[in-house]
Amino acid sequence: MLPLISELTIGAADLGAAFLLMYGLKRMSSPVTAPSGIFVAGIGMLVAIFASFLYVFDVSAEAKPYLPVNIGLAVLALALGGGVAWLSGKKVAMTAMPQMVALYNGMGGGAAGAIAAVELFGGKTAGATQLGMTLLGALIGAVSLSGSLIAWAKLDGVINQPLRFTGQQAVNGLVMLATLGLGGYLLFLAESGSVPLVALPQLIGLFFALALIFGILMTLPIGGADMPVVISIYNAFTGLAVGFEGFVLQNPALMIAGMVVGAAGTLLTLLMAKAMNRSVSNVVFTNFGGAPKHKQGAIKGSLKPVEAGDAGIFMRYAKEVIIVPGYGLAVAQGQQKLYEFVKLLQAAGVTVKFAVHPVAGRMPGQMDVLLAEAGVPYDLIFQLEDINDEFATADVALVIGANDVVNPAARTDKSSPIFGMPILNVDKAKQVYVVKRGQGKGYAGIVNLLFYGDNCNMVYGDAQAVLVQMIEAVRGLGTAAAA
Amino acid sequence: MASQISITGFVALYIFMLAAFAGWVIIGRVPAILHTPLMSGSNFVHGIVVVGGLFALLNASTITEQAIGFAAVLLGAGNAAGGYAVTGRMLAMFQPSGHNAGPAKPHHSKKG
Repeated sequence: MLPLISELTIGAADLGAAFLLMYGLKRMSSPVTAPSGIFVAGIGMLVAIFASFLYVFDVSAEAKPYLPVNIGLAVLALALGGGVAWLSGKKVAMTAMPQMVALYNGMGGGAAGAIAAVELFGGKTAGATQLGMTLLGALIGAVSLSGSLIAWAKLDGVINQPLRFTGQQAVNGLVMLATLGLGGYLLFLAESGSVPLVALPQLIGLFFALALIFGILMTLPIGGADMPVVISIYNAFTGLAVGFEGFVLQNPALMIAGMVVGAAGTLLTLLMAKAMNRSVSNVVFTNFGGAPKHKQGAIKGSLKPVEAGDAGIFMRYAKEVIIVPGYGLAVAQGQQKLYEFVKLLQAAGVTVKFAVHPVAGRMPGQMDVLLAEAGVPYDLIFQLEDINDEFATADVALVIGANDVVNPAARTDKSSPIFGMPILNVDKAKQVYVVKRGQGKGYAGIVNLLFYGDNCNMVYGDAQAVLVQMIEAVRGLGTAAAA
Repeated sequence: MASQISITGFVALYIFMLAAFAGWVIIGRVPAILHTPLMSGSNFVHGIVVVGGLFALLNASTITEQAIGFAAVLLGAGNAAGGYAVTGRMLAMFQPSGHNAGPAKPHHSKKG
């Protein structure tokens, strides 16, 4: 009787958990309801975890003697893994968020792979479908684990250079084929019942090793600028692996949660790649840095530097200012100073809006988070498609730490590597100020035509220092001018 | 896991298909401004893998199974807890105009 009751309780708890996770995810679709969304999802997760302990009433006969130890191990693993990740998640800086998400994602992939390993080494799968799903989940989970770790290392600066060598794609292809071939062989062995050439555990171990190596090889050549797409891909991968292992364990909650994330991650990946004007296969299989040198046409005009203070005062007397923040702003830790400056402008009656490009930052939407952290209200933050027409009527566009995403060459120069990429039409504003450290180029290594326009002035210097000068200049006008 | 009921081939495919549609629709409506918290939020959702890890660990009957099961729960718990912590922190920062003049508190935490 007890096993049946526990089974029903687990079933009901998992159903409830799946509902709460989906409902929570849905509530995250608006900034107003989002904080309650993650809270609801969190409750769902806790319900599922606590209900899992009811499995103790339903373990197989051979696992019975191990039960007390297993329960202890489970509590220890939950406390240890959960505790360390919780603390690190609470104190990580917002600029380090992409690598943190990559790390948590790799952990999920590793967990899915480990579940598959228990099933495979224990010979617990019954039938070709289940074995096939287990192997598929194992492959995707392992690739997601090792790939996410490499992505983390790249984003964290542990690995600085993309590793590339000739024939790399051939090697990657061979490793992939070997992994799939070995998986097929394992399936064949199980189905035909023939004796393997090598002991089965070794074969399974080799399968995991190949999958892990493939994840590493696949991620190493991808440049740092493409990491947003890569994290997104691995997020989808882990979701799929979890979904497949959910099928193997006959747990619909895992199947649903995993597949929802798999689909969501795929959609995010496509959105991200589109915003970067590249296809997903282009990101994964070709190397941006190795692109042929682009011949720059003759440039008309010149760079016209101005003082930060003068630019600040000009904006103080403008009607509308649109600010385009890029990752360079976050590198200079200038978000707080920027919002301080914005509040001064607002107090003087200037309409200020933020225009955020989808790839500003190192993962989708990271710039929005960084602005929100500095206290910028979300109703001042606009996305590319919502604000792009407004540049034509704005008095001033202020570009800070952004470069390629405001380069008009993407619209006009067919030979440019960024041609066709959606950009912010900053050049249409009456006056443009570009805050920049020096005269260097963007990551794509392309000269920015915007900077040479008649309506554009350059403000050279560290973003934070420049903003301090702007703030001082506007404050220096005193209350008389503000009245 | 459930001996009486079993999810066989086509039922599984139906579940996968509907879940994939649900994921696509739910995420498709999220404004770009929330893409980072959303990615970490969906990252948190697949932390449910910890449940599978618990099942594997509690049913372990060899040292190897115990070791791998332990790793599964450890990693899965890290995925879930870490994903929740960062998502909650980020979402708490998004405030409308006039709500709070100062910057969001970096350590605003919620129990969960």
